[in-house]
Amino acid sequence: MSGVWTWLSDSSHWKGSDGIPVLLGQHSLLTLVAVTAAAVVGLPVALYLGHHHRGGTLAVNLSNIGRAIPIVALLSLLSLGAIGSADFGPFGRAGLATLITLGLFALPAIITNAYTGVAEVDPDTVEAARGMGMSGWQVLLRVELPLAASLIITGLRLAVVQVWATATIAALVAGPGLGQIITEGYNTNSQAEVVSGALIVGGIALLLEIAMALLQRVADPVARAVR
Amino acid sequence: MISLLVPGAAQNCLTRNEWVCGKYFSRFHSDLTSALGQHLKIVVVSVLLGLVIAFPLALLARRYRKLEWGVVGATTAVYTIPSLALFSLLVPWTGLSETTVVIGLALYSLTVLVRNMIDGLRAVPDDVKESAIGMGYTSRRMLFAVELPLALPAIMAGLRVATVSAVALTTVGSIVGYGGLGTLLIQANGTQFKAQVLATSVLCVLLAVALDLVLVAIQTALTPWTRRAVAR
Repeated sequence: MSGVWTWLSDSSHWKGSDGIPVLLGQHSLLTLVAVTAAAVVGLPVALYLGHHHRGGTLAVNLSNIGRAIPIVALLSLLSLGAIGSADFGPFGRAGLATLITLGLFALPAIITNAYTGVAEVDPDTVEAARGMGMSGWQVLLRVELPLAASLIITGLRLAVVQVWATATIAALVAGPGLGQIITEGYNTNSQAEVVSGALIVGGIALLLEIAMALLQRVADPVARAVR
Repeated sequence: MISLLVPGAAQNCLTRNEWVCGKYFSRFHSDLTSALGQHLKIVVVSVLLGLVIAFPLALLARRYRKLEWGVVGATTAVYTIPSLALFSLLVPWTGLSETTVVIGLALYSLTVLVRNMIDGLRAVPDDVKESAIGMGYTSRRMLFAVELPLALPAIMAGLRVATVSAVALTTVGSIVGYGGLGTLLIQANGTQFKAQVLATSVLCVLLAVALDLVLVAIQTALTPWTRRAVAR
């Protein structure tokens, strides 16, 4: 374990194009872009379906289907295909394949939770809002959306954690990001490097989870009212 | 590619590196079978191990409500850690072995198994439990004869999710050399061997679907009362 500390405190691992800051930047950028893209695509769909109570079975089962897709296989298939085999801007080698895979993996959690959140708002509340003369849009924006906020953020939280993990796996198929520290450690037979990489990736994943949980508490109007 | 340069060399889908290639299956089927066997073994052992650990944890969380938060929180925290990192953190203890992958996957399965067990046991109606107590059931007999059977649909739902995601995650085990189909897949990815990448990917999905169907069949066999309710 002392080897881990030595590896982490070696300043050469914090510099250059494959240094920790650069990889961390790639990893964060990938996660941010993938989750944002998935939210831009998934949230309107989920809100529409939830508001009209349509397509529930599919929306709810989507996250189970998502878990069944072998990440490694999808990454490999995409990176050997026509897209993403070349360099892709700041995302590095196989970046586009990675980005697409990550976006796909973020979708189910976002859609399932946002759908459930909107569809399961108390029908009495919705009826009361309509009775007050609210239009469909007003009901969605001023009643359903705030009440669903907690679950919507749960979906985003799951998506962020899932995408962060998947981005790590991307290194197995020559993708960018912090997973490269781990795979390089295996290739050079350096257990200290493997464990260091794992600690960095796992530690940040836990921090992300905690940060999103706090955000969720802030965004929930019911919890705020009780307080 | 090289065969193009050699006059008279046999041209086939392997030398042309095509995605779909029948010759690949005939030449490499023993590799595929042993990888599939390893994959299946890792999935089954890890999920069973997860089940064995999850059961006492769920009972403990139910008995002592204060522990529930800790148990659910801890299993969720494990799920947060990326699989590549989790396997790597186990390596100093269990080495580059099948055990590393099995323990990692078992830990992941705990998240959904423990949660579904707690939810399933909690959803057992109070009047059913009161009737059992009234009939003189001990708490142990009530657990095994009344509560567990009624919680079975929720537990099986968790088991299905855990199994299917274990099939997908086993491929990451290739990093320690025990990834079942994943090991072949990553090798093929490195050499851009398209037929093998596609074949192992498809087999992975088929394995997940097959195991899911087996679990559905087991659930139907174990809960005959739900079948009758549907038939009516």
